[in-house]
Amino acid sequence: MSNFQGVDFVRRRSFIELDARARAKALLDEGSDRELLGPFERIESPWLAQQGVTPQSDDGCVVMKGMIDGAAAVVVALEGAFQGGSMGEVSGTKMVAALDLAAKDCESGKQMSAILLLETGGVRLQEANLGLAVVAEIFASVLRLRRHSPVITVIAGTVGCFGGMSLTAAASSYVVMTPEARLGLNGPEVIEQESGLEEFEASDRALVWAIHGGTQRYAMGLADVLVDDDVAQVSRTVRDCVGKGPRTEHRSEQVALYRERIAKLDASQQINPVSLRTAWAEATGGREQ
Amino acid sequence: MSHQLSNRGRVWFTGLTGAATAMPGDPDSVQTADGRLGEESARFLCVVPNPNARFPCARQGEVGLEEAYTLAARVREAMDEDKDSSKRPIVAIVDVKSQAYGRREETAAIYLAAAAAANAYADARLAGHPVISLVVGHAISGGFLTHGYQANRILALDDEGVMIHAMHKEAAARITRRSVEELDKLGTTIAPLSYNIKDYAKLGLLHKLLHVEDPEKPSMEEIQRVQTELIAAIFDARSKPVDLRSRLESKEALEMRKASILVRAKMEAQWREG
Repeated sequence: MSNFQGVDFVRRRSFIELDARARAKALLDEGSDRELLGPFERIESPWLAQQGVTPQSDDGCVVMKGMIDGAAAVVVALEGAFQGGSMGEVSGTKMVAALDLAAKDCESGKQMSAILLLETGGVRLQEANLGLAVVAEIFASVLRLRRHSPVITVIAGTVGCFGGMSLTAAASSYVVMTPEARLGLNGPEVIEQESGLEEFEASDRALVWAIHGGTQRYAMGLADVLVDDDVAQVSRTVRDCVGKGPRTEHRSEQVALYRERIAKLDASQQINPVSLRTAWAEATGGREQ
Repeated sequence: MSHQLSNRGRVWFTGLTGAATAMPGDPDSVQTADGRLGEESARFLCVVPNPNARFPCARQGEVGLEEAYTLAARVREAMDEDKDSSKRPIVAIVDVKSQAYGRREETAAIYLAAAAAANAYADARLAGHPVISLVVGHAISGGFLTHGYQANRILALDDEGVMIHAMHKEAAARITRRSVEELDKLGTTIAPLSYNIKDYAKLGLLHKLLHVEDPEKPSMEEIQRVQTELIAAIFDARSKPVDLRSRLESKEALEMRKASILVRAKMEAQWREG
């Protein structure tokens, strides 16, 4: 699906360079977007100021309702530039609330897809236990909505999607990534810190992208579409995913398939990411149908 | 860091089920058994340290690839078996120091393994199985998201060695550029930061704190009392909605999660406007 030849590097518009609000807007039909709980509502994190951290008036989470190809949708975009896109009580609950309201709409017969733009290191450590709690709630709410309408995770970069939010990506109906994006549970710095330099050298960028990068995740069958950093391409891909409707079987439900794949790995040494592509590429029953 | 392997999970698993082994084909790190709980049978699951685990970063009680997929498989097995009958309770006995921090794990997408386990627990809850977490030791970060945080009800022992948190203390201090002492001090005034289970209880996420004299060596009488509490939590879960709303409706949550409640109310109002 990735096709650099097809991109006009001069005239294309970068998606990665957009902030969360502009990203959300770019995905919705022109003139249909309406931000909910926007910055003027000033619902800020109640925990940051008392720790000497300046809060942001949208808490780094933008919720925008509108249309995608004429179909109702809500986009929830995390702002990677604010506290690393980390999930706090307010930012996380904005996502939970939007997902639950979308699910309610679906349950009353309306259609409502959700697009999650995940640029996040995971739980915001200044809100520690409430951050972890909302991450668990987001996961539960994704499961509720995806039965009715697609939940589409887009990871464009440059923050990537790590920590507890990587579970949400895994539970999504569709995952869209750019080659610049990364997806994993533990970031390289965390592994280096916890398990040592010989386990993971975080400064080895080639290694990091060989493992967590969008190209690798797509080749392993864990992302549905690999797109270039191009607004038009990301937007078209999201429209396609909305059009596909809900997925019948999600990756996070394919326990037997993945358990068997893990059983086949040689755990006595590090796993070669390129060999893993070959081993996992075909027969992923949950791929696009 | 020196790590003494925790034996708490094993102690409570054996105490509550009488069993002490993994099911055939499972790694030794995941213990599963069906045990009596009052009038019915319940499925108990526990992740325990396994020094011989295939994956080197998952030998000290971390939840790794094999552990997560085994939990997912055993939870789904109970769901399949109960498809046309009464839904047996599922009890996650939790003592997990973290998720596994390894390159093998990242390469083979541990995030998907974690999601598979969380998905199984959540599906069991939605299908009507009362899912209860009993935190007897650590419940840290991705380890808890994988094993326990999708439960209808969370019970925890009221003990210094019980800790529910987003990241272990040393790492959290390093990342937020504080000393461990500063972090502890902040925790006394900012409840979500605290490593003390009594402060965690203030957040409204916990169903109940249970007192046990020595969680490493519970008496028969204490195990019976915990069984009684599990039965009560199961009854409560069965009589209420299967979603996670109890975590926002508890009297503690009304106090500590005011921002969550406000966000939900305002979002709902604005959602309907357009």
